[in-house]
Amino acid sequence: MRDSETAAAAAGAQPVGELTGVTKVYGHGDTAVVALGGIDVRIDDGEFIAIMGPSGSGKSTCMNILGCLDTPTSGSYRFRGVEVTTLTRNQRALLRRNYLGFVFQGYNLLSRTTAFENVEVPLIYRGLPVAERRDRVREALAAVGLESRGHHTPAELSGGQQQRVAIARAIVSQPTLLLADEPTGNLDSKLSREIMELLVQLNETRGITIAMVTHEPDMAAYTRRQVRFYDGLVMADEPTHGATRLSAARQATR
Amino acid sequence: MIREAFALALRAIRRNVMRSTLTILGIVIGVAAVIAMVTLGNGTTVRVTESIRSLGSNVLILTPGAQTGRGPGGATVAGPAFTTRDVTAITQNIGGINAVAPMASARAQVVYGNLNWPTTITGTDNDYFVVRQWPMAAGREFTDAEIRGGRAVCVIGTTVRNKLFAGQDPLGASLRVRNMPCEIVGVLTAKGQAMGGNDQDDVVILPLRTVQRRISGNEDVTVIQVSVQSSAMNARVRADIMALLRERRRIVHGKEDDFRILDIAEIANTVQSTTRVLTAFLSALAAVSLLVGGIGIMNIMLVSVTERTREIGIRLAIGALERDVLAQFLVEAVVLSLCGGLIGIVIGLAGSYFAVPLLNVPFVFNPTIVALAFGFSGAVGVIFGFFPARKAARLDPIEALRHE
Repeated sequence: MRDSETAAAAAGAQPVGELTGVTKVYGHGDTAVVALGGIDVRIDDGEFIAIMGPSGSGKSTCMNILGCLDTPTSGSYRFRGVEVTTLTRNQRALLRRNYLGFVFQGYNLLSRTTAFENVEVPLIYRGLPVAERRDRVREALAAVGLESRGHHTPAELSGGQQQRVAIARAIVSQPTLLLADEPTGNLDSKLSREIMELLVQLNETRGITIAMVTHEPDMAAYTRRQVRFYDGLVMADEPTHGATRLSAARQATR
Repeated sequence: MIREAFALALRAIRRNVMRSTLTILGIVIGVAAVIAMVTLGNGTTVRVTESIRSLGSNVLILTPGAQTGRGPGGATVAGPAFTTRDVTAITQNIGGINAVAPMASARAQVVYGNLNWPTTITGTDNDYFVVRQWPMAAGREFTDAEIRGGRAVCVIGTTVRNKLFAGQDPLGASLRVRNMPCEIVGVLTAKGQAMGGNDQDDVVILPLRTVQRRISGNEDVTVIQVSVQSSAMNARVRADIMALLRERRRIVHGKEDDFRILDIAEIANTVQSTTRVLTAFLSALAAVSLLVGGIGIMNIMLVSVTERTREIGIRLAIGALERDVLAQFLVEAVVLSLCGGLIGIVIGLAGSYFAVPLLNVPFVFNPTIVALAFGFSGAVGVIFGFFPARKAARLDPIEALRHE
């Protein structure tokens, strides 16, 4: 693992993630379900990608594979040039720990644990000393505009605030790739726009590469590139149109 | 990381105080039982050993009559009492002995003034005080003239003094023993209870001849106590006396003895090993409840893992390795069972501390068993916490995140 870690860290020239001919089949024989029928997706540094498609189109499976939570049935997934498909479960966990950040639809914060402690968890697993953890957690909370809410538990925060805490937790370890699974799915349109703007800002000012699953075109409009799934295949992969309209909308909301 | 695991464990335990308490109850009871059993068992051993020692060290006790065989099939063989000539023969022929005390005992009422008290009358000589290692608290032993002449003098134990002479000096007073007025010349020091709860101080001692002539009315010596110079010589002296008495009692070769020689040191060893076996047996029984407690911990940890499936999924997704999750739940189980162990130790020690006066045994603190119980409860946590912790660590993060 040491070798692949260093390889991944050093190879800045390699794309962040590259799926080649990836299939995923659940079950066997007659009951087998094809979730991905052979897809090619490449994610480069600094991109903000929307992964779109209806339910059952394979977008979540694709997300799980990109997040090293799942492995393809066949095909290749290279993360910074490292072939993920041959890694052990533990090695994939190390990749997640060191290079990936996750934001979920249901926030998935630890209950009865303060915002500060939630954001701190990935750093604890990385084995950082207490002082450095404190500084980085404060910085991450400030980046999502919650510097004064560190001592609140999720139950004491609104949905939008909880999702901001979750984003802080995802960026606190300065991930190579931030994966967001329907991050606005549980929020109303105003809060959704706020979260999307936060993500756009993190992508533009910090250069964080983001891949986001969504089925809402309004949210996808904030991204720079859209990958559309249908029946386990990539139907379209194109830059987001109407970028000017988007900037105008953003100007208006400010 | 281990520090964080401890912090997490303590937080999880504190969140569910009621459940945690119930979870560790089995361990608490198991450890408390083991500690109490061992503490009380050790106390009993000490107590029994002490009371056997109080009979005198290196002492052989000769009694007429014997038991043939062992157990329910055995029969009792009656034998004639010893005589003062037997005592003389032992004194003259057996080497390696300090003192030989002949004894003739009877129950009798003793009266002083308007008070009376039923007690044990023992006729013997000054060797008795040597054999029993029993010094005078006040007064003196018998004179040779008193012993030879069978004079009406006596030495009393502290219980008799307390019952009849509250606050008064008994020395020189006249005690009536079965209508025989008897001058008190000495008071013995207190010796306390013997094995089986007999009060050894409830006694009036007279010269042997006085008892034979005026109380029992015969020449019998019912018990002979022999003090051996060192316990290493016990076996040899015992064999010598055995041979001498068989000859004197004309027991032909191959026939059973009609008397018995008890070796106090041997009895002490037997009783000690018996209490030790008993203590070990009871502790083993108590240890079984520790295992049951461990199963209780495993049960609750499995429930806890199921309840916290989503939390485990989150942790696995955002950077926990299998071993981090394993450590988290294992530490939680160990902390739980160690808490149970600590509480059990406190309850066990406190319980035996309060039970000790009721059982009339000393409180013997045994640090080894306390450390052992603590270590064992930790081990129970590791053993029974491992399976649930491994189950948590092996969860599929995707499945776990979907868990409601």
